[in-house]
Amino acid sequence: MDFSVTDEQAMLADSVARFIDNDYDFDTRQKIAGGDARFSREMWQTFAELGWTAVPFDEADGGLGGGPVELMLMMEQFGRGLVVEPFLPTVVLAGGVLRRTANAAQKDQWLTPLIGGELQAALAFAEPQGRFDLADITTTATNEDTHYLLNGRKSFVLNGGDADLLIIPARTAGQARDREGITLFALAADAPGINRSPYPTVDAHSAAEIVLTNAIAPPDSVLGGAGRGFETLRAAVDDATLAVSAEAAGILRTMHDKTVEYSKSRVQFGVPIGSFQALQHRMVDMLMVCEQCRSLLLWTAMVAASGGDDAASAISALKYQIGRSGRLVAQEAVQIHGGMGVTWELDIAHYFKRFTAIETLFGNSDFHLDRYIDLSNA
Amino acid sequence: MNVNFSDDELVFRDEVRALLRDKYPADLREKQEGGIALGKDDVIRWQKILYQQGWAAVNWPVEYGGTGWTPMQKHIFANEMAAANAPDMIPFGVKMVAPVIYTFGNEEQKARFLPDILQSNVWWCQGYSEPGAGSDLASLRMRADRRADHYVVNGTKTWTTLGHFADWIFCLVRTSSDVARRQEGISFLLIDMSTPGVTVKPIITIEGEREVNEVHFENVEVPVENLVGEEGKGWTYGKVLLQHERTNIAGVARSKYRMQRLRERAARRVHDGAPLLDDRNFARKLASVEIELKALEYTELRTLAAVAVGKAPGPESSILKVKGTELQQAIDALFVEAAGYYALPCVPQQYEAGFPSTERIGSGTETQTALRYFNNRKASIYGGSNEIQKNIIAKHVLGL
Repeated sequence: MDFSVTDEQAMLADSVARFIDNDYDFDTRQKIAGGDARFSREMWQTFAELGWTAVPFDEADGGLGGGPVELMLMMEQFGRGLVVEPFLPTVVLAGGVLRRTANAAQKDQWLTPLIGGELQAALAFAEPQGRFDLADITTTATNEDTHYLLNGRKSFVLNGGDADLLIIPARTAGQARDREGITLFALAADAPGINRSPYPTVDAHSAAEIVLTNAIAPPDSVLGGAGRGFETLRAAVDDATLAVSAEAAGILRTMHDKTVEYSKSRVQFGVPIGSFQALQHRMVDMLMVCEQCRSLLLWTAMVAASGGDDAASAISALKYQIGRSGRLVAQEAVQIHGGMGVTWELDIAHYFKRFTAIETLFGNSDFHLDRYIDLSNA
Repeated sequence: MNVNFSDDELVFRDEVRALLRDKYPADLREKQEGGIALGKDDVIRWQKILYQQGWAAVNWPVEYGGTGWTPMQKHIFANEMAAANAPDMIPFGVKMVAPVIYTFGNEEQKARFLPDILQSNVWWCQGYSEPGAGSDLASLRMRADRRADHYVVNGTKTWTTLGHFADWIFCLVRTSSDVARRQEGISFLLIDMSTPGVTVKPIITIEGEREVNEVHFENVEVPVENLVGEEGKGWTYGKVLLQHERTNIAGVARSKYRMQRLRERAARRVHDGAPLLDDRNFARKLASVEIELKALEYTELRTLAAVAVGKAPGPESSILKVKGTELQQAIDALFVEAAGYYALPCVPQQYEAGFPSTERIGSGTETQTALRYFNNRKASIYGGSNEIQKNIIAKHVLGL
């Protein structure tokens, strides 16, 4: 049992932490989030220069050979900094599919520019009727010999509006909700037949509704085996679930620390409100949740890094726990800040919104507890 | 003890339903259904309709225009209004300052202010909290210095809901610092918002909207006729008002209505191939909120019954405020859960009049659920935070 990180991991964590401290304070973040573009291309360039867009990819492909632990360390800091750049959709989600399935030509076309910071990407993991079931896919890909024709609707495609590459799961066989018969297609986002309606999200990120009408997918756009895309889809989304859980852990710890600070400085009834025992106990409860969540996060990252079959169940356990117990921390942080906690001006409100969005992403606590149970019983 | 409506009560209920059927304007009803915010004129129009019916001031003494209803009638009225999703009365005039004026004001003040409040001719806002005086309201610093025939008022009030619509503001002000207890130096002053020196600045809340404000007072001259009751008694008058505020804030009828809408929403949303309503996890959460809400409904009825036999709403009203707001917030969270990913788009433009339905994302008001959940975190903070309410219960009910 070893909780220490390697020198490379420590340097990576450090570089992200220092970036947040020096180059991504709350005012900077708010300017970016409030701008028309909604994320900063300059910041993205910096991510690429610092090697962050290369982290989870094989060294043979120009990556840094990092895994779940590296992503965890980065995402905790991204949570602390409320980073709005689309690292999750491009590097973790779309990147997670590419690194598992892309052939040499596809790596040239998509993965190399992604790692180089020149490509934005999105994975369309949800449909309007689907809620959290990744297999609930009614988008069809009919085989017309020389190409496929894609028809259907994808909802809540993170980074869908800014993506150059869209990875679209579509059904080449089977009924809705079958795991068999799902094929992953890599399409240029500006191809004909693809209609995107982007919108900002309540946590200052962005997503899009995407309608496919006879969108043409050439045979070389198929990622991995035709009809066998579900496992890859599930694995990439599991990577992302672990990533947002780490981000949430960073958010919760930050919300806790800021609440304690606030309680020491806010004076009412002639004393700092942090001197009230009732509030002290609640802040201690918050601390205990943060520590338990971090412990579970470390365990999950280690299980995922070891590549075993139990990673999926660990990831669901983590997502459940962070959502369920973290919600109380987030609510308490706002509550203890009083009226200030519900103002746009204070950062606490924005941490609250991002945490709330993460609760829903890739399945809420009920969904993941059910999944944990199903995987445990299997 | 009897849980059923009497024949008279049923007749009354039908009268309320008739008003809603015949007089609740279709355009306002559509806005409420569609999650479109009502404008100032909309609110006033609806309140004047209630006034025409004689139902604008349910709790006032009859002599000032109140209805003279029994607790059960008030309960029925609130339920029917909420079930029809009719707009809530803006409370600051009719429910908050008016009771102080008719209880502690002089005849001239009653004649001057009450009719305009009753008829919704004048929009009121509340000047209590200050940046340095939230939970510790008694530490307020806004000063009213007495000159011959007027006060000179200086200070800042904050969290002033809809202050930007208001014509008048009622304020707790400090008229004396030379007192043993801070509360003894506080007075209750009515201020015309158009008086020179009054400035309203917006505060943007967590979800990006503007409903509250900071109101700055710089050498504002207020006639002494605007002092309600005696100098130094403002805290007592203000406490009476706060107890009324607490009973309103529970929002039981509104929560019942929302639970019904939540069930309808969950019946339409699919999870794992079946309606979300059939998902045991979600169904359990719904049921447990419903049961807690039923308990709160009866706690409120017991409080109303006590008031009917002449007791003022006492510290027990703090229970209504705490549980009522907790339940509202629990319901907000369940709406977010029911919406799934459709809670997350930030598309307020969808809720402006005339937005084409073909471009709509999500079903109904799903894309408002997270924004509403964020905004309503305020409910456990305002009206006297739930922590303060528990202090009040501990001190005045438990004697601790």
